[in-house]
Amino acid sequence: MKSLKNHLSLIIALFTVLASVQIYVAVDRTIAAYESHLKNDYSVIVVTSELINPGEFKAMNSMIDRSEPISTAQVLERLKGEMSQKNLDLLKLTLPKFYRLYLNRFPTPREISQLQKKLESNSAIERVEGFSQTHDTVYKLMLLFKDVVQIFSIAIAAVTSLLILKEMRLWQFQHAERMNIMALFGAPVWLRSAVLFRLAIVDAIIATLILCLAFFLIDYYGYLTMQLKEIGISVQLFNFVDDAVRSLIIALGVSVALTFTIVLFHREEE
Amino acid sequence: MDNVIIAENLSLSYKEFETIISKATFSIEAGSFVFITGASGSGKSTLLKSFYGAIEPRQGQLMVGGVKMNHISTSKLNFLRRHIGIVFQDYKLIKEWTIEKNVMLPLIISGYTGDVSGAQVQKLLGHVKLTHQAGKYPQELSGGEQQRVAMARALAHNPILILADEPTGNLDDYSSSVIWNLLEGANTQLKTTVIVVTHHIPEGLRIPYKHYHIEFGTINEIA
Repeated sequence: MKSLKNHLSLIIALFTVLASVQIYVAVDRTIAAYESHLKNDYSVIVVTSELINPGEFKAMNSMIDRSEPISTAQVLERLKGEMSQKNLDLLKLTLPKFYRLYLNRFPTPREISQLQKKLESNSAIERVEGFSQTHDTVYKLMLLFKDVVQIFSIAIAAVTSLLILKEMRLWQFQHAERMNIMALFGAPVWLRSAVLFRLAIVDAIIATLILCLAFFLIDYYGYLTMQLKEIGISVQLFNFVDDAVRSLIIALGVSVALTFTIVLFHREEE
Repeated sequence: MDNVIIAENLSLSYKEFETIISKATFSIEAGSFVFITGASGSGKSTLLKSFYGAIEPRQGQLMVGGVKMNHISTSKLNFLRRHIGIVFQDYKLIKEWTIEKNVMLPLIISGYTGDVSGAQVQKLLGHVKLTHQAGKYPQELSGGEQQRVAMARALAHNPILILADEPTGNLDDYSSSVIWNLLEGANTQLKTTVIVVTHHIPEGLRIPYKHYHIEFGTINEIA
């Protein structure tokens, strides 16, 4: 029972660290997916006096991913009954060309302004519409969300650090007697602390397994992913290979560092 | 005969201006049985601690088993301690370990394999009449039984030197006689040097011994 308690206190502390990291990663991934979603929806409209091919657009700015001409056929169709064919042909010749430019990432307001200036400097381009006001609102909302998540993660990290420090003091107290006795019989440092390292490694593995199970269940029942899908975001909250390996490395790192600190600060009693 | 302990002008203290042992010069022959007596607080336990490196000489020189104890390195100290068996008044058993594993501790540290150490532990538990308690934990045993376990542990690795600090201080007669028999046996049969710190030398010892008495920080041999 006592041994279980010893294990649980470290496992809970490690699980809290891993969960906060995993939540941060999942939120970051969701924001990235949302950015990609926004990127697909966002485009810049360009009005030109002459035809410009996709390659030329791409050469103007590295952010431009592709361009699509906007058909004027619909407008001309509507005017068909009101204008003679001759006037219609004349209009067709003088009507400017419209293009929709898609970007390879969701731009910042500054990048939009720079892109706009660059495009307007081309003599063939008559007008550029970046929909900056709508873009700014969406972008600022996203930045706010990112900041909130970051503050939340820092707060969790601070709380868990305190938890781990407390745990470290408990460990020092619990194991000092055994380490002292072993030292009196000439045990080298690695042997005195072998139990601590074994405990730390086992607890790190258990904490990682619990985290994997928890996030697997969240993914399996899919409530969160369904909610995200409804707003057009498709994201994997827990990647079994990457996230499990990263969590294990963090858990091992934290618990082994904790053990090293205990061993380093241990003073043999006289 | 070689000396296992040589002290020259040895001074011991915990604080700079509070000398407990002052400029003591003495030597202890290998294979001898030695009692160190003195009043409470006279420094007999401190002197014993200096023999296993828990306290460093403040002044003078101390050699234990040919190893200089002044500014001793951790690796040298560990090596020396692997050849010493210590019995403490408060037993110092590892609570989370069984009796069997506690006795095995010096053998684990010295790197003996399971079969060798298992046989040695069984033999020693037989000597201290605790074979039937092997699987129990220290807190399940009486004080006398715990001290017998500590005694078995001190003998497990056939040390060259046994240091015992009030080994029978609070024990019943039966446990005390087991402890003295084992100490006598180690000294006579294995030629192990035994140094015992105590208030009273037990009556009826069958072996020759040396007696040092500590008073006001000085060590005197009693004839």
